[in-house]
Amino acid sequence: MKAVCSNIDGVIAEVKVSVGDVIVRGQEVVNVESMKSIISVVSEIGGVVKEIKVTEGDFISEDDPLIFLE
Amino acid sequence: MFKKILIANRGEIAVRVARTCRRLGIAVVAVYSDADATALHVQTADEAYPLGEPPVSKSYLNAEKIIRAALESGAEAIHPGYGLLSENPQFARLCRENKLTFIGPSPEAIELMGDKLAARRLLVSKGVPVVPGYNEPLSNEEEALQTAAELGYPVMLKAAAGGGGIGMASVHGPDELVRLYKECCFRAKSSFGNETVYLEKLVINPRHIEVQILGDKSGTIIHLYERECSVQRRHQKIIEEAPSPFVDDLLREKLVQAAVRSAEAIGYENAGTVEFIVGEDREPYFLEMNTRLQVEHPVTEMITGLDLVHEQLKIACGGLLSGKDMPKPKGWAVECRVYAEDPETLRPSPGLITDLSLPEADGLRIDHGLLPGYKVSAFYDPLLAKEITWGENREQALGKMTVALMKTRIDGIKTNIPLLLKILGDSRFRAGAYDTNLVSRLLVP
Repeated sequence: MKAVCSNIDGVIAEVKVSVGDVIVRGQEVVNVESMKSIISVVSEIGGVVKEIKVTEGDFISEDDPLIFLE
Repeated sequence: MFKKILIANRGEIAVRVARTCRRLGIAVVAVYSDADATALHVQTADEAYPLGEPPVSKSYLNAEKIIRAALESGAEAIHPGYGLLSENPQFARLCRENKLTFIGPSPEAIELMGDKLAARRLLVSKGVPVVPGYNEPLSNEEEALQTAAELGYPVMLKAAAGGGGIGMASVHGPDELVRLYKECCFRAKSSFGNETVYLEKLVINPRHIEVQILGDKSGTIIHLYERECSVQRRHQKIIEEAPSPFVDDLLREKLVQAAVRSAEAIGYENAGTVEFIVGEDREPYFLEMNTRLQVEHPVTEMITGLDLVHEQLKIACGGLLSGKDMPKPKGWAVECRVYAEDPETLRPSPGLITDLSLPEADGLRIDHGLLPGYKVSAFYDPLLAKEITWGENREQALGKMTVALMKTRIDGIKTNIPLLLKILGDSRFRAGAYDTNLVSRLLVP
């Protein structure tokens, strides 16, 4: 399984995918609120969403895994 | 005068308010979230009360906890700073109910000016010019499309409860309106708890100019001239100056009269700012009133020699304003907001400040809440510091600013200093011939 990781510290504002979704490279998967701005996390890889590690309101750090793809 | 006050804020503004209190012999009570336990505003206070977890909803916006800290500490008054609870009428009311002086206007004035639509309606009735638009909320997308067509594109979609540049979007056609309408309602709801939006005509190439006012208990309103705030990114100011290079005597007279009339219309008490948008026709239109101390208040202090926090405290203690509270302005002042963000993409840059070196010079003031080893938290605003310079004229103030920014070192995170320097070196900015589109023009590769 491959992880899509956060590119910034912040709070999860929106999870835009569900388990089982097929996502493509370049797709926005999660929005993170950091310093009052909304930052999109874009997947660098394509695949099927196997697991979602975060929910809205969670605090995450840069490089934390957000979702796992297969 | 008060003996002890609580400052319900964090960062540079909490440090700045405390500085005036210290000068006046007033004891300072700080409050802090878990993320700010070692912050400068806590270290420089006489006492400090923890508020809990870092998110503002659980800490700095927790009115009950803050009131409890004030009562426990024996503070007589609360200074709200800007942002956070500063424009929350329920909080001002809660202070009143607990016999704590809220250092700011009445809850009624905050409430009225917080509702942009109600404020528009009132001021139109008092003869204050407002941006052409509709004074009623939009109830759905169809109504938005119809209203926009009547006004004529481009239009500005705005949150009725909005402020600080959040929850607004310029719209150039119906397709864009359909795309932005829901997003704007969503942002309005999530940021202000009220999804009401309305439409105004978009003023093309606007200047954003505001007037500082003070009002006392007896109803006397005075103004402290204008501040030019047109250098913005994402509708948020990054460089301000006073006076405005765009304003001549005629425009200044129109601005200050409209500002004083706006404040009189609501019987405004304490420090406030009336914001205007000025189009190419040089006519000022009321935009909104900020019922608190502004981030950029130091430029007014630098040209008037006043301490606006001291003025706020005097007014809150029942002091009356007189002519000597309105000194003639002298020289030129500029403020640059140093943000934790990438200077090219404007992306926030939270993280650890590994090393810090701030310059000192004549005519330079730096308001900040920084320490080496301080972690700039993702939970809060990216404002790191405000550098303010004063000169005999604009050229001198800008020259001092360029040197100050070049000598500022904040290591470990990205800052917008390269962008600020780029703006200071831009020929349109240098000539004073800029509008709110300056930064987006400079950022185009």
